[in-house]
Amino acid sequence: MPAGLAPARSPADTPRPSPAPGAAMARPEPGSAPARSAAAEPPSPMESTEPEPSGSRPEEEEEEEEEEEEDEDALPAPEQPLAAMEDCLAKKMEITVSEAEKRTGRNAMNIQETYTAYLIETRAVESQSEGQCAPVESLWRRYSEFELLRNYLSVTYPHIVVPPLPEKRADFVWHKLSADNMDPDFVERRRIGLENFLLRVASHPVLCQDKIFYAFLMQEGGWKEMVNETGFQLKADSRLKALNATFRVKNPDKRFTELKHYSDELQSVISHLLRVRARVADRLYGVYKVHGNYGRVFSEWSAIEKEMGDGLQSAGHHMDVYAASIDDILEEEEHYADQLKEYLFYAEALRAVCRKHELMQYDLEMAAQDLTSKKQQCEELATGTVRTFSLKGMTSKLFGQETPEQREAKIKVLEEQIQEGEEQLKSKNLEGRDFVKSAWADIERFKEQKNHDLKEALISYAVMQISMCKKGIQVWTNAKECFSKM
Amino acid sequence: MSLWKGAGGGAGGCCARSSSSVVAAAAASCASSDRGGGGQAPAAAPQLLAEAARPLLPPSLPRSLPGPGAMSGGAASAPKPLPSSGPKSLREMPHPLATSSSEEMGPALTPSPDLLLPRSIADKDLSLPNGTPVDTSSPASSSSLLNRLQLDDDLDVETRDLFVTVDDPKKHVCTMETYITYRVTTKTTRAEFDLPEYSVRRRYQDFDWLRNKLEESQPTHLIPPLPEKFVVKGVVDRFSEEFVETRRKALDKFLKRITDHPVLSFNEHFNVFLTAKDLNAYKKQGMALLSKMGESVKYVTGGYKLRSRPLEFAAIGDYLDTFSLKLGTIDRIAQRIIKEQLEYLVELREYGPVYSTWGGLEVELSEPLEGVSACIGNCCTALEELSEDMTEDFLPVLREYILYAESMKNVLKKRDQVQAEYEAKLEAVALKREDRPKVPADVEKCQDRVECFNADLKADMERWQNNKRQDFRQLLMGMADKNIQYYEKCLTAWESIIPLLQDKPETK
Repeated sequence: MPAGLAPARSPADTPRPSPAPGAAMARPEPGSAPARSAAAEPPSPMESTEPEPSGSRPEEEEEEEEEEEEDEDALPAPEQPLAAMEDCLAKKMEITVSEAEKRTGRNAMNIQETYTAYLIETRAVESQSEGQCAPVESLWRRYSEFELLRNYLSVTYPHIVVPPLPEKRADFVWHKLSADNMDPDFVERRRIGLENFLLRVASHPVLCQDKIFYAFLMQEGGWKEMVNETGFQLKADSRLKALNATFRVKNPDKRFTELKHYSDELQSVISHLLRVRARVADRLYGVYKVHGNYGRVFSEWSAIEKEMGDGLQSAGHHMDVYAASIDDILEEEEHYADQLKEYLFYAEALRAVCRKHELMQYDLEMAAQDLTSKKQQCEELATGTVRTFSLKGMTSKLFGQETPEQREAKIKVLEEQIQEGEEQLKSKNLEGRDFVKSAWADIERFKEQKNHDLKEALISYAVMQISMCKKGIQVWTNAKECFSKM
Repeated sequence: MSLWKGAGGGAGGCCARSSSSVVAAAAASCASSDRGGGGQAPAAAPQLLAEAARPLLPPSLPRSLPGPGAMSGGAASAPKPLPSSGPKSLREMPHPLATSSSEEMGPALTPSPDLLLPRSIADKDLSLPNGTPVDTSSPASSSSLLNRLQLDDDLDVETRDLFVTVDDPKKHVCTMETYITYRVTTKTTRAEFDLPEYSVRRRYQDFDWLRNKLEESQPTHLIPPLPEKFVVKGVVDRFSEEFVETRRKALDKFLKRITDHPVLSFNEHFNVFLTAKDLNAYKKQGMALLSKMGESVKYVTGGYKLRSRPLEFAAIGDYLDTFSLKLGTIDRIAQRIIKEQLEYLVELREYGPVYSTWGGLEVELSEPLEGVSACIGNCCTALEELSEDMTEDFLPVLREYILYAESMKNVLKKRDQVQAEYEAKLEAVALKREDRPKVPADVEKCQDRVECFNADLKADMERWQNNKRQDFRQLLMGMADKNIQYYEKCLTAWESIIPLLQDKPETK
């Protein structure tokens, strides 16, 4: 396990007595942005969900609850973030992914497969009784279960920028590292990434209160069933079907359009950055390793030299050291790349929120369109007949099959539909507004987090470069001393 | 010359004339051996021919020369007479073409063969001349010679009396060809030069000519290499600033090495090269002679096979083989590193701006990202300087030494030929031993040549070893320095952006 990671991810931190501020990198500093309403999640919704029998709740209820949350979200409460922080799961619980294990088992098709399981350890932090040490709970999860959790979260909380998972397959990797899923190095990096994911969710003001997430951490068996019972998959599917509609939104929200644009750009710039960085690392590796050849040649050459021999020989040794030093440097750098990679995937999460907003907007526009067309139809019917429509007409509709009655009935149906539609539109409008509000709040939170994280990442990158330069100076100074003795 | 004469007398009372012939034989194809010749007016050509053909000539000289054992007895007396170089020699020197003057000096110049044996550095270097005008120089220069012998290549300016620099390359465009000339400036206190300062313009082929001349006239010496000619057109731009500058440095180094050499620096061709207004005229003069020379040398060298190389030369040979092998590898590694660095630079140049692009997307992160971008830019500049320095300073020295090793191998080969020749003769004599009780003189001469060659070569090898050690120490320390500087520049760049990254959250 190489050093130089962000402290939050380092397994050295595993026994975390109290979550250090760095541990919750996902969280913005309290009070830094009072308007950050997403962080102002009051504890009430969670309390209301907890008494309920888990997994038995129908989908609608959850949706309702969600809306409830959103309503609460909308209230900007500057003094609440602190309280919300206290409520964060990350504050109540230490979460670590402490181990990865290769396993072989049978999948649903009864086919032998090899996979990696990760050990999640949790321990409740009792702030009141300091002396007591809560027992460590642990359970194993597979990557696919993490995926399921994230899918569930992103479907259930469409307005939230759900933290991304580490990549399934090594990508943008500097080629000396294996891209094999079973490669211990890759597994290790993924372990860190998964732990980071859990920490991010646990410190998210909204997500941390999700009971499925809680169950993911605490309840090994039956969790999958529990997730599936929420029926989130259905929602996801229907949303997928509507995806193509997103292009036909007439009045897109400017802010979301910009955000979408930003996430596209962010994604492209980070992926470009990662690609170039991988090449840079590759070349740097070459430069260092070729220097290693000096080590060999100097040593061979020293054999035929008298006075120069010793100096050459030891300088050769320093060249070997120099060549070997690149391995650690690049391994360290790989973690910087992982930090950037997380934001590459975050860009996708950001876009997902935008897409969901578009979808909502599209729904709204469709409903509005529908309503307008129905109103038009209704008007046509009304103007086409001399009769004015009355309530009595409704009763006559039941008996009489005459054209005017028919027409009247039609109008009646339409009127009902219009009324229904108007209500629907109203609620959709409301829903949309709420969505925008809460989504925007979370986006603001995300931006804070991003600025903070990336600044940290850049600092650690610069520190890494500095240490590399110092190492280089050291090695060459040593070598120079040897040369001077020749 | 008195020094030779005296020593020769001590060794066994041979007459000046006989010893002169012996030395001339020992000097083999030294151009200046014409001095030691029989005293004919057009000395140079016939004498050289005679030299070349000597193995075939019947022994026509007195046989009073002692065997190898007796010869070594004369060694002790050798160094003493050195300072006594006569003032006459000053007149002797003025122009290398003035063969008439050398005629007179001929007999006096020639040392006794005994002198060719000494093994100490000083003695060897004294024996190097073999009729070259070294010992005829003024007391001042001979003392400087002595100094140089003692200090070897210690770069003590005070002991030097000849300074040559190559600078100011100029491009000449004619209808026929385009070429570069370099200014060769000479400053000297040596009496062989009429003026204390000279400035001439020379082109590469003049240097090439000089080198060939030196090789011909001083076959027993290691002639410094010239930079490669780069015949492959298109691959290298011969008129690019970098190429011309690299070549200028190499040519400068070439002349400096000759200047530092106790024997080569007194070579008449070198003198002409440094001083002649019209070198081409001089070149034409020597043409006829040159071609004959080449032939005769070839003739001599063919057909003999060396029985056994003396251990020390075998060791030198082995050393040179390994040395050039290792140096070749180092050269390849250095080139590869430069290639990798340039590729790294290409990527780094793309890498920096990506941060800048990203900075354009961000509000709060804009400054840090721009900072990182600028920092990478600085690293790019530092890297560029590093690989430039390596290309311009490191590679040429490596190349020079690779070529140097080749030169050395050539000299070694020539030595082997001379030895082979001697052995062949010895064998021939051994067959006829019954008829002739005494070893024929030409065989003796041949032996002298071998001894002389060995001494010259060893002295040069030692000098070369010292040079090499110093040059490589400097070269490798330079490499380390350049790398340290590179890392220091990068370090400064990265350290400077830390506050930029850190201050932000604090000031917020």
